[in-house]
Amino acid sequence: MTTKADIRAEAEALFAAFRAAGAVPVEADILLPAETLLDLYGEDIRARAYVTSDPLRGEMMLRPDFTVPVVQAHMAHGADPARYCYLGEVFRKQDHRGPRANEYLQVGFELFDRAAPEAADAEVFALFQTLLAPLGLRAATGDIGILMAAVRGLSTSERRKQALLRHVWRPKRFRQLLDRFAGRAPMPEARAQLLGRLASDTPEALIEAAGTFVGLRAPEEIAARAAALIEDAATPALAAPEAALLYDLLSLQAPARAALAHLRGITPMLPAIAPAVDRFAARLDALQARGIDTATLPFEASHGRTSLEYYDGFVFSFHAADAALPPVASGGRYDALTGVLGQGQSIPAVGGVIRPGLVARLKGGAA
Amino acid sequence: MIKIGVPSKGRLMEKTFDWFGERGLTMRRTGNEREYSGTVDGVEGVELVLLSAGEVPRELAAGRIHLGVTGTDLVREKLADWSEIVAEVAPLGFGHADLIIAVPNAWVDVDTLDDLDAAAAAFRATHGFRLRIATKYHRLVRDFLTANGVADYQLVDSQGATEGTVKNLTAEAIADITSSGETLRANHLKILSDSLVLKSEAMLFRSKVAEDPALPHLLTKLGF
Repeated sequence: MTTKADIRAEAEALFAAFRAAGAVPVEADILLPAETLLDLYGEDIRARAYVTSDPLRGEMMLRPDFTVPVVQAHMAHGADPARYCYLGEVFRKQDHRGPRANEYLQVGFELFDRAAPEAADAEVFALFQTLLAPLGLRAATGDIGILMAAVRGLSTSERRKQALLRHVWRPKRFRQLLDRFAGRAPMPEARAQLLGRLASDTPEALIEAAGTFVGLRAPEEIAARAAALIEDAATPALAAPEAALLYDLLSLQAPARAALAHLRGITPMLPAIAPAVDRFAARLDALQARGIDTATLPFEASHGRTSLEYYDGFVFSFHAADAALPPVASGGRYDALTGVLGQGQSIPAVGGVIRPGLVARLKGGAA
Repeated sequence: MIKIGVPSKGRLMEKTFDWFGERGLTMRRTGNEREYSGTVDGVEGVELVLLSAGEVPRELAAGRIHLGVTGTDLVREKLADWSEIVAEVAPLGFGHADLIIAVPNAWVDVDTLDDLDAAAAAFRATHGFRLRIATKYHRLVRDFLTANGVADYQLVDSQGATEGTVKNLTAEAIADITSSGETLRANHLKILSDSLVLKSEAMLFRSKVAEDPALPHLLTKLGF
């Protein structure tokens, strides 16, 4: 039986290791304003975080993770570059009965560095790998940046690219859109009927005919989307070879060096991914220089697409043999998030968290 | 003593009384017409608990009542992993309603969840906040929208007169229970064609955490 004291001791040891790696400890509030988190993560966070209301401060959330408060603290008064570490409870609602904890410790490390993002990725991954090595975990890595670059490089309308990018973190929805844009799925009947109606008159006349107007969404917004729908219906399907490359990328799963060779192979046909593939290559070199065997390191182009939607580059996680357990550690790069929280400023950032509760449990099981 | 929770007022109560009456359990209110008390005739050892339909799920989950009548929508909304806590004994044949998502009639560009998602993205870009959907069914609607890949929305709580929130500019769309659709039409709203979140009806539930030795006998008497 792993006690809270065991877990706390494990957390303190990891925290000390992060400090030894040059990180400055940061403290974060447990009660966070809900608005920032909701705006960032959307309704999904409400299903996962405890929301409470305060008569003076409005809706507050029990800290669901450290990333937001740490990034905010850095953007407000951080050095550049900077390494931070933290240790504390996070709180997550669970929608199902079972062993998943509602409250657990996280120990994290975040690195803000403009100079060499790939070296920063490698530093963070290698640090986690070293600390977790005794547990014999399975590592998983990915790079959401490659997929995003591939989408941006498609020869289709900007609107379609934006629709795909918006759903990069929702694989099922992304797939539906891609199937439609690639002409692999027929136009839904409802959409065909809608287009038929929209073709029958001007949007203004149709809105007028619909009767009393209610709501904040203005007639101009409705008309703009109607025009967008008509334009989209006339947009040709993705060229078959291009679509095939994207499908291929979605399912790419190979040891990292082999994945790189594969990506190099398709780059001439999808030139837009070249810079992202170069970054991937630079990262592998940086990992190799830190003693990681990139010939065997697992890589999946779609890894990390189901977590909270802020990773936009390198992603990683470490898993125990028991598939029912959550990842022991996870992290990634979130450059865009710092821009959203930084009000105009941004800085490339990468980091991750370890769950000391799982570390202690795995060590206990092994003993 | 077996406790049966029944909605405390209105047609739901009357129809529930009728349903039990047809099966040999005569339920009636006692005392002053405003007093929430009642009795059960026709069988020994059964107590009638009159309470709000919305509280029946919680009371079943706590085991404070053995049987309870309420809408399937309320059980699914209020109890996570509901089927581990309560069992459906029998549909009562009334209280049919659909939990759906509705938007203004004037949204001529929106007919499906796919359209709602695209409209939400544009709305957020234009207005600087997420498209608001008013509902009291937070869990059911959120799970449904997540499963269907709708993003850039937020749920705002509305415990009543939900159809009015759009006109009052406190929400852009609603998710609510409807049977005839009349209130929606009266408030200039239309149902998205693929937005059936749940078909609800009045149901007799049995708590899985409350035991009573006489319960099997009572259920047999009711015909189950």
